[in-house]
Amino acid sequence: RYYEYMFGHSWRGRRGRGPLAALAEPELSQLQVVIEAGDPGCDRHPDLSSNEAYHLTVTQPVAYLKAYEVWGALRGLETFSQLVHEGDYGSFLVNESEINDFPRFAHRGVLLDTSRHYLPLKSILTNLDAMAFNKFNVLHWHIVDDQSFPYQSIYFPELSDKGAYSSNLIYTPTDVRLVIEYARLRGIRVIPEFDTPGHTQSWGKGQKDLLTPCYNGKQPTGSFGPVNPILNTTYDFMAKFFKEISSVFPDAYIHLGGDEVDFTCWKSNPKVKEFMKKQGFGTDYAKLESYYVQNILDIVSSYNKGQMVWQEVFDHKAQLKPDTVVQVWMANNYAHELSSVTGAGFTAVLSAPWYLDYISYGQDWKKYYSVEPLNFPGSEKQKKLLIGGEACLWGEFVDATNLTPRLWPRASAVGERLWSSSNVTNLQDAYKRLTNHRCRML
Amino acid sequence: AENEPSWETPCTELLVYISTPGCDGFPNLDSKESYKLSISKGSMLLSADAIWGALRGLETFSQLIGRDENGTYYINETEIVDFPRFPHRGLLLDTSRHYLPLRAILETLDVMAYNKFNVFHWHIVDDPSFPYESSTFPELSKKGAFHAMTHVYTASDVRTVIEHARLRGIRVIAEFDTPGHTLSWGPGAPGLLTPCYMGKDPSGVYGPINPILNSTYQFVTRLFQEVSTVFPDFFLHLGGDEVDFTCWMSNPEIRAFMKEMGFGENYKKLESFYIQRLLDIVSSLGKGYIVWQEVFDNDVKLRPDTIIHVWKENAMQYLREMANVTRAGYQALLSAPWYLNRISYGQDWTEAYKVEPLDFEGSPEQKALVMGGEACMWGEYVDVTNLSPRLW
Repeated sequence: RYYEYMFGHSWRGRRGRGPLAALAEPELSQLQVVIEAGDPGCDRHPDLSSNEAYHLTVTQPVAYLKAYEVWGALRGLETFSQLVHEGDYGSFLVNESEINDFPRFAHRGVLLDTSRHYLPLKSILTNLDAMAFNKFNVLHWHIVDDQSFPYQSIYFPELSDKGAYSSNLIYTPTDVRLVIEYARLRGIRVIPEFDTPGHTQSWGKGQKDLLTPCYNGKQPTGSFGPVNPILNTTYDFMAKFFKEISSVFPDAYIHLGGDEVDFTCWKSNPKVKEFMKKQGFGTDYAKLESYYVQNILDIVSSYNKGQMVWQEVFDHKAQLKPDTVVQVWMANNYAHELSSVTGAGFTAVLSAPWYLDYISYGQDWKKYYSVEPLNFPGSEKQKKLLIGGEACLWGEFVDATNLTPRLWPRASAVGERLWSSSNVTNLQDAYKRLTNHRCRML
Repeated sequence: AENEPSWETPCTELLVYISTPGCDGFPNLDSKESYKLSISKGSMLLSADAIWGALRGLETFSQLIGRDENGTYYINETEIVDFPRFPHRGLLLDTSRHYLPLRAILETLDVMAYNKFNVFHWHIVDDPSFPYESSTFPELSKKGAFHAMTHVYTASDVRTVIEHARLRGIRVIAEFDTPGHTLSWGPGAPGLLTPCYMGKDPSGVYGPINPILNSTYQFVTRLFQEVSTVFPDFFLHLGGDEVDFTCWMSNPEIRAFMKEMGFGENYKKLESFYIQRLLDIVSSLGKGYIVWQEVFDNDVKLRPDTIIHVWKENAMQYLREMANVTRAGYQALLSAPWYLNRISYGQDWTEAYKVEPLDFEGSPEQKALVMGGEACMWGEYVDVTNLSPRLW
């Protein structure tokens, strides 16, 4: 695909050799790619500890790309393809260069939401290409939510049968495998998010008794709230469900959500109230939430998967595993939250300033670019716990008709912030490069 | 059987009756767009006074057709009498800030038709680029387009747009905005723009069109002669917005002219001087004109049939402007609350929908002077990669 990126879209003449005089100019005929590790990783999936560093030397007649693992080679190929530019008269040029590059942050992600609006496979794959152009290495797939359940589960087919927008707006196991492999070939991890106990309205359609029935006084109202945390059947279901998820998604991490749990329904349900009393939780429903979350964390841990959670799970004092990753998303005083999370010894991923679904008029990429993730009070050790960030494109107002122009090239600003050194901050310089980069991406 | 669906009667024909066809003509401000649609068992009839109404009716008819779970197409029994509230329902596209390929314009015209828009306001040139290929002055696009071969509208392209629009009952009103917004005209028309000065010497930078030279008016006459022939609509949009006086003020020859004419320090008078001559030229070519509100605000002497385009939005001040414009007896077009290029998060369509164009203090005669309005999609941040989802 890199050959296509470099030479394929020339409208001035494809692969034409210039006039004879061109032979007198220094010519680059080969890019040699060397991957040094004994096990380069070509058959494995990328992970948080993957080595993405590379060394690129462009001289004539042969250029060298050296990386320790294949993941670094991919990043280097991306850079090399961006160095090749068209000269006049249909020739392709590349400047003599010496590049030693590696990412500042190891977790550089994009969140896509396929529940508020279904995104056809093509959209997702195109987006993975764009992510690779910008050296993103995590696709955070917020695959289900209140509005729809497009994930076709093998153990629980009713979930998508009853919960998807329609029978053709689903992701079959084949679709999911395709996304994971397409991502893998670009050095991109796929971290699925099955957000519970809130954001689960669509789960209730295909799984009876999973959600909490809300009450008005003594009568059920007919509507449902978050996942019911007091029933054993809930945990039986979750154990089986996450067993499937753990085997379908090869990444070491699963995102368990845990955000925005509305306690109103729980508070209205007499059996839940009884349970609260029995457990000695008083009227603190955050404790009930944590009780639920802890059980899920245990379940998922037993399948040898690490967990990512939204910040509320930490804020409400659930007992997390030491390697749980906390995603900070609330915009209000997020620096303070980063201090708290890392201060408590947990790794953090930053999304709060990068909600790209919040569009606004003009060059808003500048405000994304100007974020300095480590600008929070904390020790050196704490700051090491901030492993990266994610640009989020929530789907309330996004579908295949507007995804690409809405996400890109604004997300490129986030991509550079997460890869490049902290001193690469000049907006005018970034503007010049970003405009070129955008045209290249087109 | 008793439970057969009542739409067993297949309807195979929509009869279209037009009392005064005029299919070969162009739509205009007075075109009749009313229609009647009668759908009943066994007969479907669309009748209109003019072809333009038939088009609107066909659009409605096509939107009434549904499809059930078995794949059967159906239509409900319906009786519709429909006509537009405002005769000028327009959309502005800006092909100067970013070039829009022909297919983007044609696609936009299609979607305009779905929404019964009937004016395409083509803001074709501006500061950043001059994509209009002029037969009289080929250098304008040669030197002024982003790329003289790939980022231009040839005479054939323009004809294609006009015809594609006509077939959808859409008027094409071209805007050649002057005297400001003309930087791209400079390279292809040396001597047209005002040289700005830094003290006694030209700074090398240019400003608006130079209003004091005879050559300017010769140029303008010839250009608009061509534009008047190329674009068949009666109206041309002449712009006239956001004229920055700084450059004029810096130029010694212009200052001398100001003195000569007794304009004092009031550069609005110089702007008016230019605009008045421009309006005269365009009138003599047999065209009517639309201008941005500054032309009215700056007290330029206008013909009574000038249409004023209200665009400045500042805390609902536009309603005040609408009142002023119509009170002075001019027809008005509203765009101020409909700058769709100013995107924002969420369902901002509701703000556009809630606008009531006649919500200002004025007599019924005044309000009758409001011809309609235009949604504007300025191109600073828009090109073919994001035009459609941003606009619709």
